[in-house]
Amino acid sequence: MSRKKSEQEYEQTLSFRLRQWLDGTKDPFLDTVEMKPQRPYQETHESALQRKAEKERVIETVFDEEHNAELRIFKKIYRVFSVIFCISLVLVLLTGVSGLPPFGQASNPVNNEVPERYIESGLQETGAVNIVTGMILDYRAFDTLGESHVLFIATCTVLILLRIDKKKGRNSMESLQADDRSHEPKNDVILQTSARFLVPLIVIFGIYVILCGHLGPGGGFSGGAVIGAGLILYLNAFGFARTERFFTAKTYKWMSFGALACYALAKSYSFYTGANEIHSVIPLGTPGAILSSGLILLLNICVGIVVAGTMYTFYVMFRKGGY
Amino acid sequence: MEAFRFILLAFLVVCAVSVSLSKDLLNSILIYMSYSLVASVIWILLESPDLAITEAAVGAGITSVLFFITLKKIHAIMKKDESEGEEERTDEQKKIGTGV
Repeated sequence: MSRKKSEQEYEQTLSFRLRQWLDGTKDPFLDTVEMKPQRPYQETHESALQRKAEKERVIETVFDEEHNAELRIFKKIYRVFSVIFCISLVLVLLTGVSGLPPFGQASNPVNNEVPERYIESGLQETGAVNIVTGMILDYRAFDTLGESHVLFIATCTVLILLRIDKKKGRNSMESLQADDRSHEPKNDVILQTSARFLVPLIVIFGIYVILCGHLGPGGGFSGGAVIGAGLILYLNAFGFARTERFFTAKTYKWMSFGALACYALAKSYSFYTGANEIHSVIPLGTPGAILSSGLILLLNICVGIVVAGTMYTFYVMFRKGGY
Repeated sequence: MEAFRFILLAFLVVCAVSVSLSKDLLNSILIYMSYSLVASVIWILLESPDLAITEAAVGAGITSVLFFITLKKIHAIMKKDESEGEEERTDEQKKIGTGV
């Protein structure tokens, strides 16, 4: 490794001092602090015995139902109160529901000027035949962007919680236990034959649901979930070796990044034009054609990609904590 | 049609109660799946097919699959040959430990 600066020169730079401060090797009051790596905890025979005895004593004294009257009473009260709590919750919810206006009446308070506007001029303003899609991806597109981000954050959380540490190595005990790839492929004839028929149909149906979201029932979220389910079936039938040829962690990362960025860019363009009352250059097209309704088709595809990747990644993370 | 709707709604209530009363976790998940399927039929009856597709795909499909995986990971689903004796499992664990 070649260095641009010598060691002494580097020690005088700002980045070196920042690094020292971050590592904790330099304290503003104590000056340089010697850092020592922590010793791994080693249990001696005596301390192990002591720990065992303490644990037993805790179990004996705390969980002794015959002599511990407090625990006995608590257990009884706990049962009674859980039933009472459930019943009162059900009653509160039922009284709340009974106070709602009757379903599907014209005089309901939800039928105000907002849905009137959506239903009357939704087709002209958004170009979507399916008014629900027009609402969620045009009038309320900001909410849908938040939803996609919620999904992305959920995947990040699952990654943080379930991912196996790469530093320990692929052959560590933990990763081998979590990895059930050794049981694969099972070569289940029934599963594989049915998957061979079903997976293309499921994926094509999911693509149809995404692409025709502005023409009929469907949209990005449901179509993406269908595609994700198809991918999970494929993975179950043929094993990780087959799916890893086209879907890895890198693919997912770039897929969801691209889709979210595309969504955000497309929507910020329409927010910008809408807020400044500039005429948008994106044509709405003829309602009913597949290439119509402006940005909705693009947004549907973006949401579908994010959702499909997220569903599949959830499954893989739960299975073995990494791709 | 009205009778059909009432049957479906009653099925939902029965499912919801039996999920919590079922002793077997696997059975609970299966009941939960059927709950989602019936709920998606009800969405269609309420004229919201968008929700019905999502409910069928997410509720009956993916959520239950994730539940199955979780049960398998916490060893709540036991195979019949696994419960025969502890020897087999320890052998398997030894294999894992040595990385064979």
